[in-house]
Amino acid sequence: MKHTLLSFAKEQGRTLFMQFLVMGGILWFCHLLFANTQANLEARNIASGFGFLAYEAGMPISDALLPYTPANSYGYAFFIGVTNTLYVSMISIVLATLVGVLVGVARVSSNWLVARLAEIYVEVFRNIPLLLILFFTYGVVLTALPSPRQSLHWGAGFFLNNRGIYFPKLMPENGFLMIPVAFLIGIIAAVIIHRKATKRRKETGRSLPSVRIGLALTFGLPLLTALILGMPMAWELPALKGFNFKGGGVIRPEFCALLIGLVLYTAAFIGENVRSGIQSVAKGQLDAAHALGLPGGLIMRRVVLPQALRVTIPATTNDYASLVKNSSLAVAIGYPDMVSVGGTIIGQNDQAIEIIVMWMAVYLFINLVISLVMNWLNARVQLIGR
Amino acid sequence: MIPAETADIKIFTPQADEAPPLDASGPIGWIRQNLFNGRLNTVLTVAALLLLAKTVPPLLSWAFFKATWASNAACDAAREGACWGFVVEKFRVLMVGIYPEQYLWRPAVFFGLLAAVVIVTLFRLVNARTLAILWFSLPLPVFWVLNGGMGLAYVDQSLWGGLMLSLCLAVVGILFSLPFGVLLALGRRSEMATVKAICVGIIELIRGVPLITILFMASVMLPLFLPEGMTINNLLRVQIGVIMFSSAYIAEVVRGGLQAIPPGQMEAAVSTGLTKWQATRLIILPQALKHVIPSIIGRCVALFKDTSLVIIVGLLDFLGMIKASTQDPEWLGHEAEAYVFCALVYWLICFSISRYGRSIEKNNAW
Repeated sequence: MKHTLLSFAKEQGRTLFMQFLVMGGILWFCHLLFANTQANLEARNIASGFGFLAYEAGMPISDALLPYTPANSYGYAFFIGVTNTLYVSMISIVLATLVGVLVGVARVSSNWLVARLAEIYVEVFRNIPLLLILFFTYGVVLTALPSPRQSLHWGAGFFLNNRGIYFPKLMPENGFLMIPVAFLIGIIAAVIIHRKATKRRKETGRSLPSVRIGLALTFGLPLLTALILGMPMAWELPALKGFNFKGGGVIRPEFCALLIGLVLYTAAFIGENVRSGIQSVAKGQLDAAHALGLPGGLIMRRVVLPQALRVTIPATTNDYASLVKNSSLAVAIGYPDMVSVGGTIIGQNDQAIEIIVMWMAVYLFINLVISLVMNWLNARVQLIGR
Repeated sequence: MIPAETADIKIFTPQADEAPPLDASGPIGWIRQNLFNGRLNTVLTVAALLLLAKTVPPLLSWAFFKATWASNAACDAAREGACWGFVVEKFRVLMVGIYPEQYLWRPAVFFGLLAAVVIVTLFRLVNARTLAILWFSLPLPVFWVLNGGMGLAYVDQSLWGGLMLSLCLAVVGILFSLPFGVLLALGRRSEMATVKAICVGIIELIRGVPLITILFMASVMLPLFLPEGMTINNLLRVQIGVIMFSSAYIAEVVRGGLQAIPPGQMEAAVSTGLTKWQATRLIILPQALKHVIPSIIGRCVALFKDTSLVIIVGLLDFLGMIKASTQDPEWLGHEAEAYVFCALVYWLICFSISRYGRSIEKNNAW
């Protein structure tokens, strides 16, 4: 007994000693890096600290969601970059999910041709670099579009040319604010009704078409409000002035290229997740659903997909995180995301360390949020039917 | 009274017989079963056929029938199809960058060595241990032959480029990140709290940020970390960034393998008198690594694609050379040919590697 205790203590002591050694080594290494960096920064006359964020940026940003002028500060310019990163990532995540689910379902389709086409799509886009897709879309597809003077015209103020997609812009007038408020109220009402309907179905077995009612509320309420208030808005149409369009809203080719690239690339990966999810559903489940006489669409919606999600969601979480990280490739085609803006700032004042720290902090935070949301979703999906 | 009741009497009328099932044999039966079973599938098939009819013939005519292999002048005359003369003309820079012309045999040796090792791997000419030694000893002769020294003239690393550079970055990146990744994975499962915390921190930090920020860090920040007077060139800095990046991902792959080993293995090994370290090295790791070979091959594909990002920190790898050559004033307007060729090469390499990975996974061939 004594012997084992002693050796146990010895083992503990050795582990503790090792940990001290590791800690010491790391601290010493950090100190060395810090000292070197200090010396190097002084030798190169580079300032340190985050004071520069308050200075005037003096650089233009072609695509800003919020009002921005070069007279704004570096900090604000970086923030504009962050909003752009979030903006393009969110839209891409939604579209890539839609395309990905379609591709995944097509991969297991009983239609041979559709299944092969989906397979070709997946195998092509998974095996070429995203950057190549971006260059191709930006440099070949979008530059092949006509110049503003020969724009493709879709009527109602929509124009497509090599400077972007132009569309009529909404100009709010007095009382416009009520419409988004009505929209919000509609969503909340839809959620409440859906909950009530689910509860009633579980208690009494009678179901309500809650999804349809919800959709009607979400879109009907704002429409009704708009009609009552007498359409408190105007449309500003884009018009050709000189060599380019003025007025209206515009989606720039940089944004389009980034969006197309991210969606096509990520959808191939999500499609594979969906496929493996669908194939993970036991065959007995399908047979049982057929035996109950459910039609094909309902089997997919109510039997296969809910179970497939359990396999699909964890893998897709990673793909969403990659998508957000991949949006940093914006820098290669000139869309002003946070890496692109930060890179310009580094070019102007050499304060690379601060900018890189800010990049990493923002990306880590976004990834944290994604994994929290997806873990929550995953927990909910896993509970269904158990 | 009676007539009122007869109105309620239901007379049994059998439904018409269902048609016999369609013939499912032969090519027509196959088409019926796989392309036109049901209304939705018929619509989908027709839509897919229309899409193919719209896209494939123009693509084929562009890529083959109307394409020329001639040089620039002849190409401009016939601007209907692709001008593969562009790729032929640029082939050398696309493969090796601006590596000096009189030393072209050296990149050739590089490609030859790589091809030889790949062939040995594919046909399983040697056992796993020798294979590992072969791969891990590959960077040394490659570096000597490309860089020079010991009797060979030096070639500055800023002259390296093209597919050669992409392959170098990816191969060296994977090979060096394997040991680091294994160490990080072991550290993550360590019982020592500090070691574990540090490894988790490193892995999650690197996996949480885009490769571009790591490349920026390696390219811009690394020189600031070094003591005065010590400099390393951009290629090496970027390579260090790639290795760091890949290590974190390999670590997660290896961790998956470690978790798949039941704890009884470790307990049994320790009870036979092995120390923990010996047990890890001789019992746990070999099994864990065997498990994760397909995933590691998957990482190879991902890393090879990711090396294309080095263009952003100023290295001209394969994609970088493609982009640079489209800007040659003598060959303007050949972006489509360049990118299609580029996609073809990337696709061939990545698809072959992933197919190889899948065959290993299926046959469990190690």
